[in-house]
Parts: sequence; structure tokens; C-alpha cells
Amino acid sequence: MKEKHYGLAIFSTLVFIFLLGPLVIISVTSFGPGTVLKFPPDGFSLKWYQNIWAVDMFPKTFVTSIIISLLGNLLALILGVPAAYALSRYHFRGRDLLNAIFLSPVLIPGIVLGFTMLKYVLVMYQLPIYAGLLVGHTVIMLPFIIRVIGSSLSNFDFSIEEAAVSLGAGRLQAFFRVVLPNIRSGIMAAVLIAFLESFNNVDISVFMTGPGISTLPIQMLTYVQNYFDPTIAAISVVLMILTGLLMFVIERLMGGLAYFTKR
Amino acid sequence: MTLLSLEQVSVAYDNHLILENFDLKLEEGKLLSLLGPSGCGKTTTLRLIAGFLEAKGGKFMFDGRDYTHLPVNKRNFGFVFQSYALFPHLSVYDNVAFGLRLRKMKEGQVKEKVLRMLDIVSLNGFEKRFPQELSGGQRQRVAIARALVIEPDLLLFDEPLSNLDANLRVTMRVEIRRLQQELGMTAVYVSHDQEECFSISDQVAIMNAGKIEQLGAPTDIYQYPKTEYVARFIGFNNFLVFDGTRQGNTGLEWTIGDYGFDVQLQAGQSTANTYKGAIRPEDLRIIPLGQLTDLQKSLSNQVPGTVKVSTYLGRSYQFEVQTALGAFTVNQEMDIPIAPGQQVMITFPADKIVMVAQ
Ligand SMILES: Nc1ncnc2c1ncn2[C@@H]1O[C@H](COP(=O)(O)OP(=O)(O)OP(=O)(O)O)[C@@H](O)[C@H]1O
Ligand SMILES: [Mg+2]
Repeated sequence: MKEKHYGLAIFSTLVFIFLLGPLVIISVTSFGPGTVLKFPPDGFSLKWYQNIWAVDMFPKTFVTSIIISLLGNLLALILGVPAAYALSRYHFRGRDLLNAIFLSPVLIPGIVLGFTMLKYVLVMYQLPIYAGLLVGHTVIMLPFIIRVIGSSLSNFDFSIEEAAVSLGAGRLQAFFRVVLPNIRSGIMAAVLIAFLESFNNVDISVFMTGPGISTLPIQMLTYVQNYFDPTIAAISVVLMILTGLLMFVIERLMGGLAYFTKR
Repeated sequence: MTLLSLEQVSVAYDNHLILENFDLKLEEGKLLSLLGPSGCGKTTTLRLIAGFLEAKGGKFMFDGRDYTHLPVNKRNFGFVFQSYALFPHLSVYDNVAFGLRLRKMKEGQVKEKVLRMLDIVSLNGFEKRFPQELSGGQRQRVAIARALVIEPDLLLFDEPLSNLDANLRVTMRVEIRRLQQELGMTAVYVSHDQEECFSISDQVAIMNAGKIEQLGAPTDIYQYPKTEYVARFIGFNNFLVFDGTRQGNTGLEWTIGDYGFDVQLQAGQSTANTYKGAIRPEDLRIIPLGQLTDLQKSLSNQVPGTVKVSTYLGRSYQFEVQTALGAFTVNQEMDIPIAPGQQVMITFPADKIVMVAQ
């Protein structure tokens, strides 16, 4: 087709500028030599990138964030995969209610959830900060795990599971040998989405962090309250690159898996 | 020897009874098909035998043992699904090897058995392919190989050919029958397709609303349906509703008003309460009334009528004939069809009328 869609082209360009503009501005300002965020910057310097490592709370909270997100992810998988399986495999009374309960953390405002968690997990049950943080992050990841894996199970042909059982497999064997390998891409996607959700979370973490233990986003928040130098821009750039890499790897992985699981 | 027997079994979905006090027996080495309209409980019966469904009551005996509460994976039955249900993430080889590996068989032995089975279903050379790289017929053969290789005590098929085109269906059904006979397997086969069932079975069970209406050899059922339901199901579209009997010229005759019908009963057939005769459209004969003498017109087993509709069927013509006893459908081969509006005489051959119960 020779027809040119000028309108569409202009519109897409505007959307891109609107979406990517701030990212570009942040990236550029992070290389400025001045002590305040300035666009365009007066020169070029990498000193704010060095400063990330100098402020030792940044590397420390980064590690905490990673550990909490990974461990929480694992816990959410252990709870979420069987739940998603049961919800899509069986029709039982109260299924819709259970579905709603599992998804409720996405529907409740983060602040409310965070406050409630603070009240129960930390105040009432006196869990250590680290454990409380882990519980909180497991709770926010669970709905994403259940929803994403649930959607890949919703068009799953369970007769292949029955076929495995008829060939002599036990229920668990059938699940691990036949169901799991065929929803691998769904699980990967769920893990990635849940990880990003947890890693970037502020509203729950803000209630669950305590003296000496914090997550990276909370630490960044604390930092901008006191300083206005481009360190925060530099750290954002590093996070963008890491997230981008993660997305790229998962995308490749899922693309590869999709090839094997296509019907 | 009776291998399989369901005794007074009931199955319900959410308190809705699908099978009630259901009985079924099957001899070793035979292929039984379940035939019936959609929703009559064929799949339910098959899944009950496989163990996917739990019976509410009754007993399932297999090879002299009580299988009623035995889990599916302990039954050693092969199940061939309508959707094939191949494992998408495994190659043809690994699909077929699946059941053997679960039995902890040595890889060398697995290989030998898988390759031999792929040879039997003519799929040599396809080991490395994935299910999505196969045609429908090839997938079906992998599904059959996968079920057969574990040397099951019973094979269960749920409409295994319904996703294939007509030609392939015929080829595959012959192949299934050949395999079943060669390997001496006992099998239960579900299908919608009458011709398919009749052509491959030792026994056919005609089902109606969760009950078996008639069970017998294909030829028996085809020729001598016992009930009106079975008769209608297998194409006896014409019924004579008798009102009594009388002594005719050649013996006892069944009557409808003044019309008399001589009926040749089957050996051992009881006629105590059967006052309905069924006959296929292709077994009726029609002749223009004008071609008959008065003497011929006075014979039994005849009803005069008027042709209402005539339809060309390719090999023959189908006529709708309106008579004093209701409408009848007649299929007859002829060069020049009888035109609608013409007066005709329908003949009901005595040996083609089958007495059926309501
Ligand atoms: N999972 C289920 N839950 C509730 N009712 C069911 C379920 N499966 C089947 N039924 C009902 O049980 C009855 C028998 O179903 P079944 O699948 O055995 O029929 P079928 O003879 O195999 O039909 P078809 O030829 O269409 O496959 C039907 O009325 C159906 O609606
Ligand atoms: Mg069915």
C-alpha cells in the first residue's frame, strides 16, 4: 500500500516523545557536573555515578531489594501456582469468592494494604522487620502470580494431564512432567511481572521498613528529601538499564519457549 | 470369558444422575462400541471405566478384581482422546515412551518397544518430530501408539476419528480394527458415526438417556432392532401400529382396521406385547395403482396411497406417500420417477417387518 498515514505517524511520534522524553532528560542530566539537577547540563561528568557507591545505603538497600523480591517471588510461586491450578482446574463452590480474595491486593489501595500489614505483621505479631518485609512483598506479588499463571492455564487442555495419568502417572508426576513444562512461559512472565512490581514497590515497603533495613526505592525517596543532586538521576539510569536487560533476557527466553510450546 | 463388567453403576454430575443402575459386560478380545445421540452418556461411561469419574454406587469388576475404587493410574488402561491429547513439549518418541518410562523401564528396552510400536502404526522416521509438526491422522496414530505401547489391559477410545476428514476416517478405522485384532486387545469405542461403529465392532450398544437400549452383534442390531428407539436410530423410519390379530389366508395376521399384515417373526421372538412393526424405507415397494389387477389389490401387506413428494437421492428416489394409515417414506430405484399426485400401492414384505417394543 502506497497510502501514507501522516496523522498516525505524527500521533505515534508525539506519544513516543511524551513517554520517552522524561527518560531522555533524566539520562542526560545524570551526566551533569553541577550539584543540582539541570537540563541541559553544563558539561560531562561521571561523578554522580561514583557517588552511588559512595553513599553506602544505595548498594546495601539494592541487595536487600533484590533478596526480598527474589525470596518473596519464590514464596508467591509456592503459594500461587497450586492456587492458580486449583482455580482453573476445578469447579467448586466458592471458587469465584476465592478468586476475588486472591486478587484483592491489587484492588485495595497500596497505602491501606501497607498500613494494615504494619498493624498486623509488625505490631500485632511482632515479626522482625526483614520477615515482615518479605511477607508484605509476597502478598503484593501473589495476585500477579495467580493472575498471569491462571490466564495461561485458562486455555490449557487438561486432557493431556489426564492422558499422563492414564499412562500411569500420579497426580504430582502428571503436574510436574506435563502441566508445568507447558505453562513455563506463563510462569516466566508471572515471575518477571511480580519481580518488577515488588522491586519498584513503595507504598507497602514504606510501612514495613525500619531502622537500618530499607529497600532501594525507599532509600531513594529518603535521599531526594534531603539532597537534590543528580545521584538520583544516575541511579535511575542504572535501574533502567538493569530492567531493560531483564526484559530483554526474559523476552528472548519466552520467545524461545513459545516456539517449543506452540500448538 | 467376561473381562469387564459394570454392575448397577450410577454416575452423577452435581447431583444430576447421568447413569443410573447401569449394567455392561464385555468379553475378552472383543471391541464394543457405544453408539447414541449427543448427551446420552457415552463419554461418561468411558470415563467411568477409565476411572476419571467415580461411581456413586454399584461395582466395576475387571478380570475378576474389584476396580470400583482403583485410581486411574493403577488401572493400566489405554485412553485415546478425541483431541489426541499429545504432550506438546515432547517429541513423538518421548510421547510414546512416556508410559514406559513411568514404569521405570531401561532405556534400551524403551527404545526397542517405542520403535516397534511406531513401526506398527507406520510412523517410522517421525521420532524427532513434535506433535504440532504432524497432520491430524499422524497425531492420531501417535496417540494410539502411546496408548498401545504400555500393553494396556483395556483400550478406550472416545470419538478418536471425529477430527479427521471422511477418507482418513475410513482408513484409520480399518487400521484400528486391524491393530485391535492382531494384538488381541479388548476395547471400548465411542462414536457418533453409525457406519464406523457397525463396521469395526464385535458388539454394539445403542444408548439412550443413560441406558443401554440394546446390545448385540452389529448385524443383529442392524436387522432386528428390539425397540422403537433403536429402530428409529438405525434408520427404520416407517412404523405400523397394529390394533390386533386375525386369522388370514396364510396364518396369523396383524391388523390395522381392515388392513392385514403377515409378519415373519424372528426365531425366539416373543410377540406378547409387541404391536408395532418397523420397516426401512428401502424395504418398501411402490407400484402405480393402475398396473394392478383387482385380485392383486386384495392381497395382504398392502396399503394404497398418494405420492406427495418425490426426491432424487442419486442412486434412488425417495417418495413421501400419504395413506389411510399415515405417511410412509419409500426409497426405490427406478428410471422414471412416479410423479407427485399419482395413486400407488405400497407393499410391506413380510420378512422385512420387524416387531419392536415401545
Ligand atoms: N462435567 C460435567 N458437568 C455436568 N454435566 C456434565 C458434565 N459432563 C457431561 N455432563 C452431562 O452429562 C450428560 C452425558 O454427557 P456425555 O459427555 O457422557 O455425553 P456423550 O454421549 O458423550 O455426548 P457427545 O456425543 O455429545 O459426546 C450430558 O447431559 C451432559 O450435559
Ligand atoms: Mg462424548
